[in-house]
Amino acid sequence: MIYFIIRRLILTVFLLLLVSAITFAIFFLVPRLAGQTSYQLAAQYVGRNPTPSAIKAVEVKLGLDSPLYLQYGRFIKGIVAGVHYNNGPDVSYCPFPCFGYSFRNQQPVWPQLISDAPVTLSLAIGGAVLWLIGGVSIGVLSALRRGSFFDRFSMGIALAGVSLPVFFTGLISLELFSYKWALFPNVHYVGITSNPLLWARNLVLPWITLAFLYAALYARLTRAGMLETMGEDYIRTARAKGLPERKVIIKHGLRAALTPIVTIFGLDLGLLLGGAILTETTFSFPGLGQFTILAIQNQDLPEIQGVVMIAALFIVVANMVVDILYAIVDPRVRF
Amino acid sequence: MAPLLEVDDLRIHFRTDDGVVKSVDGISFDLERGRTLGIVGESGSGKSVTSLGIMGLHQGTKAQISGHIRLDGEDLVAAAPTRVRELRGSKMAMIFQDPLSALHPYYTVGNQIIEAYRIHNKVTKQAARQHAIDLLGRVGIPTPQTRVDDYPHQFSGGMRQRAMIAMALSCDPELLIADEPTTALDVTVQAQILDLISDLQSELGSAVIIITHDLGVVAELSDDILVMYAGRVAEYGSAADIFGRPDHPYTWGLLSSMPRLDEAKTTRLVPIPGTPPSLIRVPSGCPFHPRCRYTELVGGGRCETEVPPLREAVTAGHAAACHLTAEQRTRQWADLAAGRIPDDVKAPRAEEPEAREPV
Repeated sequence: MIYFIIRRLILTVFLLLLVSAITFAIFFLVPRLAGQTSYQLAAQYVGRNPTPSAIKAVEVKLGLDSPLYLQYGRFIKGIVAGVHYNNGPDVSYCPFPCFGYSFRNQQPVWPQLISDAPVTLSLAIGGAVLWLIGGVSIGVLSALRRGSFFDRFSMGIALAGVSLPVFFTGLISLELFSYKWALFPNVHYVGITSNPLLWARNLVLPWITLAFLYAALYARLTRAGMLETMGEDYIRTARAKGLPERKVIIKHGLRAALTPIVTIFGLDLGLLLGGAILTETTFSFPGLGQFTILAIQNQDLPEIQGVVMIAALFIVVANMVVDILYAIVDPRVRF
Repeated sequence: MAPLLEVDDLRIHFRTDDGVVKSVDGISFDLERGRTLGIVGESGSGKSVTSLGIMGLHQGTKAQISGHIRLDGEDLVAAAPTRVRELRGSKMAMIFQDPLSALHPYYTVGNQIIEAYRIHNKVTKQAARQHAIDLLGRVGIPTPQTRVDDYPHQFSGGMRQRAMIAMALSCDPELLIADEPTTALDVTVQAQILDLISDLQSELGSAVIIITHDLGVVAELSDDILVMYAGRVAEYGSAADIFGRPDHPYTWGLLSSMPRLDEAKTTRLVPIPGTPPSLIRVPSGCPFHPRCRYTELVGGGRCETEVPPLREAVTAGHAAACHLTAEQRTRQWADLAAGRIPDDVKAPRAEEPEAREPV
């Protein structure tokens, strides 16, 4: 087990290196090959109507004129150890982990990511808890009462949940619950540290919106999984032992049906932590998703690269956690 | 003393979109403590449905059950589901066909036995664990104190079935039902498992029902044998009667299709022509008549129209549901046993267009 985790950690590092190399190549190598000069690149950092000497200074300071492999090396070094930018009189230090400077505001990328991450984290984790509980319990009940009114009704709603996009359900919920009935007026993000109550209250609608989509998916998955496992021989054995039906369902049925759910849950959560773009945009929450949208709109390559690296990190880590969880859940899996 | 288990005119029907499936259609038998009943029949003859019915495992499904199943005088068909659940695992227990899929893959063998024990006995986990270790040792698992923490996939096929038996025996059941307990196992392991079941039975004095399509298995274990066909009893009698002088053409067919070590290798095995009938449209009259070689001997089309009652023909306690007279049966079986298929018997119709179940 320990060896497996170490092996996976090493692999994770290599995977992230690969992701960084690819994004770096896309953002800096391809434009260079297409004829963009380092001077033009440096011009992105200075405001309107810059003097050529100012641009030149930036170019030299950030080392944009050095060969690309050196720049990539410096990029990696910045991430793992921080980096000094030095052109004689003007020295600046970008501390670990350094993802470079934003074109937009000339600030380091990392602190901006860190300040936006709690928003996404609050949104994704809260939503995940909701959809996991809601989706799994609806799925189990549907499976047990297969063909009943409850089953048909909830599966109908689930179909709607899967098909309706977040920007539709989100706007409808805002219209109804925030504007019309004013249950949650003035939805905006408040930090959990500044006012936990307001934080939770403002997150209710985004959580429900996000959870609605995923709960629908999980309800269908759980239902299918439960229907399959409840037909297994070991369920019959559990009944033949004289186990009460509730225990048969939860301890023997649900336990086995949950295994694939755990896998998908880990991956979904990992993906969401990299930015719940639609939900954040719908509710104007300044999270990583919004950050990504802005970075793309501004063609702010260092920012995009930073977001990509963070998202990749979440996904790779989520994968690893899922694999470890799998071994705990299913004793047949061994490393 | 009344028998431990009395099954009286048991019918288990399933309503489906295609019609009513009469899986079990009026079977009766008694079973006393310490005795072993073998239930034999082809796939779909209603053997397993009967055993699940006795265990009350059709409760909560769409099965319609009528008749009586009396365990120690208590009618299980009429009993409340919670009462049947209490009896299940404690007074009656069951062993299933495929021990790999019948054991939960996510729990250790020990945990599953402990769970079975603690449902019916208020004991501490430690005591239950010790009981599980003892049971595993008793069914012949080596070093049970370490194997108790193994998962089913770490056991071999035979060991898994031993573990299943240990689980079934955890509460000293008075009735043990073994549904095809050796079908999924190697031949060498089969014999071991059968020996184990019969050893444990003589030790505990339980009644055992062993369900199988393998006549060799029942020959080894059973005191009495019930031959089922299309949800009904074709023949019922002691093992000596069934093997020594069977009275039903279906039983003859089963015996002639079974290789025997005590006969010359040149003896041809005679298969039963045709396929088992659909349980939705059971053939009229005797359900076996479309596959029977002897309908001409009965004559008058009685086999097609009249359901033969189960009656004792020659010896007491040995009954068969067939229109043939006692003399006819004796003569035909004597011929068959001598390896002669009589010429006056018309070759049966091989195909049977109405009877196939739509897939």
